[in-house]
Amino acid sequence: MTKFVDLHLCAPFRNVEQLRKMVKKCFELGYRLVGIPLPPMIELDEVERLRKICSEAGLDLVSRLDITPKSANELLASLRRLRRKFEVVSVLCASKTIARQAAKDRRVDVLSFPVAKPRNRFFDSAEAELASASSSSLEIDMASLLSLEGFLRIRLISSLRREVAIAKSFHVPVVISSGTTNEYLLRGPHDYSALAMLFDMDSSLAFSALSEVPLSIVERNRLKLSPDFVAPGLRVVRRRDP
Amino acid sequence: MIRRVKKRYLALKIESVESFEEEDIKDAVWNAVTQLFGEYGASQAGLFWVNYDRQRKEAVLRCSHKALEMIHASIVSVTKIGDKPVAMHVLRVSGTLRALKKKLKDDSLI
Repeated sequence: MTKFVDLHLCAPFRNVEQLRKMVKKCFELGYRLVGIPLPPMIELDEVERLRKICSEAGLDLVSRLDITPKSANELLASLRRLRRKFEVVSVLCASKTIARQAAKDRRVDVLSFPVAKPRNRFFDSAEAELASASSSSLEIDMASLLSLEGFLRIRLISSLRREVAIAKSFHVPVVISSGTTNEYLLRGPHDYSALAMLFDMDSSLAFSALSEVPLSIVERNRLKLSPDFVAPGLRVVRRRDP
Repeated sequence: MIRRVKKRYLALKIESVESFEEEDIKDAVWNAVTQLFGEYGASQAGLFWVNYDRQRKEAVLRCSHKALEMIHASIVSVTKIGDKPVAMHVLRVSGTLRALKKKLKDDSLI
């Protein structure tokens, strides 16, 4: 059975009732793994508490960090400091230099672009080439597609169509996630797959963007964060008894 | 010879604090179809309302099988009816009404 993942559920983690409601809804819609963006300085106990709430609802929690750097140097500093604390790291690329730096850095898992400014969506072929070499993925938040109307939505669909075509030609994995704080903007994986046809994503690619691609990111990073990891392709299988 | 038009039946779940009249739901779906695909697209959809259960907030509608993805995308794009927030989910899709009812019954038993 396909394991669906919502890698960007912006649930208010301090509001326990709302969080419970949203993770329960996610489970009902068919997701089994959710990524919740957390603040950089979150305590480990808090993460464990969230993990428990999610597991009570039948979901596996993925700790996620959303970085919104102001410069490429700030991005590098944040990655150096925080990469090993979170299972998934996403960068909101607000400028071209940040986008290029994020795309070539192997520590960045997911690239996302501002919705409000289509001119600031820097996912072009040069960006895709860098992202493809460093195994970064392009993230599409569906909440913006649902909440926008009229001309803004037309422009967003047009940008997404161009970006998905570029991603396909450069073999950049695409991740579809909800990106919502509102439970009324949550949809099931089949619903998102139907919406993805608006930007010319066929259903097999859409399902892979909802399951295989995010799952592979999470598995890869969990392996890297485990104490047995030494280097890519090398891990500790047994330790000598003290 | 004119070929028979294949149809698909969709079961919908309407999630909202409010319960709506059938006309409100119909208008919301038609508006979503015309917003996303225009009047030309809507004319190809062959959309027909089979029934609406106001108590359970569930509806069944029929469309042309060629327009299934278009209708599915339009239905899930509905976020408001009037000023009230709403979410519509497609529960099941089937080729016949009987098979759709059977699938829904099987789902409720799980």
